Amino acid sequence: MLPKSRGTLSADVFTALQSGSTAHLGTEPESEEDAQIALWTLYELHYRGFDEVDPELEWDPDLLRVRRSLERTFEADLRRQWEESPLHADPDLDLTGLVERHDGPSLARFVRRKADREQVLEILKHRSIYHLKEADPTSWVVPRLETRVKAALMEIQFDEYGNGDPNRLHHHLFRRGMEAAGLRTDHACYIDEVPVEILAMNNAVTMFGLHRRLRGAALGHFAAFESTSSIPSRMLAQGLRRLDFPEQMAAYYDEHVEADAVHEQVAVRDVCGAYLEEEPNDRDLVLFGAFTGMELEAHYARLMLAQWGES
Amino acid sequence: MSDFDRPTVVMCPAGPMLLRGDHEVQDADGTVHRTKRPVSAVCMCGSSATKPWCDGTHKLLAARSRESDKKPG
Repeated sequence: MLPKSRGTLSADVFTALQSGSTAHLGTEPESEEDAQIALWTLYELHYRGFDEVDPELEWDPDLLRVRRSLERTFEADLRRQWEESPLHADPDLDLTGLVERHDGPSLARFVRRKADREQVLEILKHRSIYHLKEADPTSWVVPRLETRVKAALMEIQFDEYGNGDPNRLHHHLFRRGMEAAGLRTDHACYIDEVPVEILAMNNAVTMFGLHRRLRGAALGHFAAFESTSSIPSRMLAQGLRRLDFPEQMAAYYDEHVEADAVHEQVAVRDVCGAYLEEEPNDRDLVLFGAFTGMELEAHYARLMLAQWGES
Repeated sequence: MSDFDRPTVVMCPAGPMLLRGDHEVQDADGTVHRTKRPVSAVCMCGSSATKPWCDGTHKLLAARSRESDKKPG
């Protein structure tokens, strides 16, 4: 089902998606929320689509025109955040240094020690937008890479997709966890409940994945994501067990403790390291992607902690 | 065109040891653990909670030692 609109542009886009009449569409969003939900929905046409939308519209030139306009604004905003960061000014900064030095509040630590059941359920609903298509946005990048980097990325992606076993595929593990926790599990079913910060996180990774020009950012984002997963995943598993969540939900995070300890090493060294040997001019782009992933995560964590009176 | 290097055992600086392929790893207590993914990370810092596998704890140790370096005296 299409999401609920969050402003005039998204309302117009969603009406056009149902009618197929797209030529008249404007490109000016009313707000950040309006822009992000419209962009998320236009991107979703390339993933699972919507029952009520003609699959032909995936490549409708007018929808692509709207998408492109929203992407330009979004990319410029993300680049501005990177360029304004004090980390950007360090000419010797590498990926590992960026991950170490980027500062943001930890939602996982809050879940481990203090969160109540309702707060954790809220986080799981928000996270489901990504986790139910986990690894998919990075798969867009694969055909755009040279041999060595492609093989290294696929070594990780194969693990993300369960090494050929559908029961080990990470979205399936998350879906089983959600089901056991009494949540709905259909694709993107909680989209209307997620804050704009979650939409931005999802849209950034898709934008990096879909644009060949931004493949360095996609790889940097991916490496930062993997590098900031093991320890938080362990805290989340501890919090879920503290609150007596079903074992399947904690097991999803257990899997990420161990898997991402591996993925981090391969992503930083064999994926990004090798990519930068081939494309040394993309250093800033890789760091931009990594920064963006961590920064958008920090925006989300700040929002939730503030909402719960924890900041 | 030459082939690429692809070591099956990789020592990561200040991190785990990566093992590619299927292995049986005997831990310090003598228990044997089979690898179950294409690449596995073996704990080298001794502090992992999921030994013999790495769980990222080495990074917390490194961060703590950076913090203590900053403290005066």
